Amino acid sequence: MNIASILARKGPMAVTVRPDQSIRDALALLDRHNIGALVAVEGERPVGILSERDIVREAARNDKFFLRAVADLMTRDVITGQPHDDLLSVAHTMTERRIRHLPVVDKGRLVGMVSIGDIVKAQRDQYQGEVDTLQTQLLADEGGRAR
Amino acid sequence: MTLAIGTPERPLRVAIIGAGPTGFYTADHLLRSTQATVEVDLFDRLPTPYGLVRLGVAPDHQKIKFVTNAFDKVAANPRFRFFGGVEFGKDVTLADLKAYYHQIVYCTGAQTDRRMGIPGEDLSGSHPATEFVAWYNGHPDYRDCSFDLTQERVAVVGVGNVAVDVVRILCRTPDELAKTDIADYALDALKRSRVREVYLLGRRGPAQAAFTNPEVKELGELADADVAASPDEVELDPLSAAAIERSQDRATQKKVEILKEYARRQPAGKSRRLNLRFLVSPVELTGDGRGGVAALKLVRNELYATSAGTLQARATDQSETLPVGLVFRSVGYRGVPLPGVPFNESWAVILNDRGRVLDPDTKQPIVGEYTAGWIKRGPTGVIGTNKPDAAETVECMLEDLAHGKVLEPANPAAAAAEALVRQRQPNYFSYADWQKLDAIETARGRAQDRPRVKLTSIEEMLSALNRR
Repeated sequence: MNIASILARKGPMAVTVRPDQSIRDALALLDRHNIGALVAVEGERPVGILSERDIVREAARNDKFFLRAVADLMTRDVITGQPHDDLLSVAHTMTERRIRHLPVVDKGRLVGMVSIGDIVKAQRDQYQGEVDTLQTQLLADEGGRAR
Repeated sequence: MTLAIGTPERPLRVAIIGAGPTGFYTADHLLRSTQATVEVDLFDRLPTPYGLVRLGVAPDHQKIKFVTNAFDKVAANPRFRFFGGVEFGKDVTLADLKAYYHQIVYCTGAQTDRRMGIPGEDLSGSHPATEFVAWYNGHPDYRDCSFDLTQERVAVVGVGNVAVDVVRILCRTPDELAKTDIADYALDALKRSRVREVYLLGRRGPAQAAFTNPEVKELGELADADVAASPDEVELDPLSAAAIERSQDRATQKKVEILKEYARRQPAGKSRRLNLRFLVSPVELTGDGRGGVAALKLVRNELYATSAGTLQARATDQSETLPVGLVFRSVGYRGVPLPGVPFNESWAVILNDRGRVLDPDTKQPIVGEYTAGWIKRGPTGVIGTNKPDAAETVECMLEDLAHGKVLEPANPAAAAAEALVRQRQPNYFSYADWQKLDAIETARGRAQDRPRVKLTSIEEMLSALNRR
């Protein structure tokens, strides 16, 4: 299973922000979309990621953090994924590197974002599905008939 | 005062399009709801239910088909009806359904194959593997296909479960196949098969191959086909070895061990040979000058790690030519747009958010339209993966019902919907009809010591029901 299957059922693309926008704008977007991170883009090219953590860190020491620019607080060294990346290796990379949001890029263009929550849910559904299918086959061994 | 929708007096009426596993799982979740009383009508363009369980799962994998017992239990609910042989967009349109149902769910799967996009792909002798699968499983639309089984050398591109099914069916003996529910015409054609050398071609290495361990083990136990692999292709590259080591992935370790054992095997002189190849990609099919396939040009691949840690293949400058006369491609399925339903071209799925169909302009949910299964998330996972997927969609449906966000059909009576179907498609098949066909097929099977002998055309099915 690859991460395209997660993006496919997530509707619109990732929520983006421009690096020159304010943290106030960014907070409004996080609130409106009920999400934990924004991708900063120039055109369609991701240039950074801004997470709740980045804002909390600044808010803890600067009362005027609302007025700062996204570019000042965002993480520039972004780890990105590609639609064909395998679920398992992505899950591993995200836990290993302690990242909770992975922008997905296809040919340099941002096509979506997966969160660690999306990955956990997709893995859980995959395992649940496999267990269900195995159980069906075990029950088949105990008699019954097939189509 | 009007009663709320979803009560026994005014049940929530739902139309589900597509009677594959997802259609049944969706129906099941809806009918089990303690939140609302729901009535489900399940539509399929084919007369028979179960989708790919009947027409995709390989005939020599009968156990997987036992999942239909669970589907029959769903169908036994008095609030469930099946309308087989009724095509969405042709016999009934979206506008029709909106006049009879509060909610509509699209579960039409991924009905076409992905192309390789290389020169020569359309030579005769080059086919989508899914066509071969539909043919040997007795799909009414594919029963008249033909494949040149006089060819001795065949390549199957891909290492997913469809590709593995195809090579296994090509390598089975007539005796092995005769015990299954393979379509009779396919059994006859495969009995005359002259296929000797079969190649299964994987783009990445053995550690990344999608096939499962039971599937790969089965390839080493074929009655009259030797399995072979080349030692240098099943040897793990440093990146794959490190990835397996890091993740402690024992299933993949085991898979590689099985493949290494195949590479060490001496041929036992069986009539056919199945060659498992890795780290190769077809770049061109060359013709025989008469429109057929003469060979497949392959490029050797190497693996590299993406920034998210996945190992992907890229071409090297080494290439080779594999002489073959028949090619099946199995490099993925693709969803097909439905008339009047927003489609997301990037992922080849219906445009949706957790199963709610979205308006392409506003990106907001369209009231009353939903999707589940492969046409919602793309073709991934096993049959059972569609169960939690359908549950997510049903959760959205019931949440919307609670907020009054449902269609307002002019005619929400069960009898009225049936009258519409009868008018548009007088020869529709009910679940009772299917149960009669099922009894006929299994009785025919019993006489030959097979699970069933399939009826493979709509005419045959109608006449078996004495309706023609």
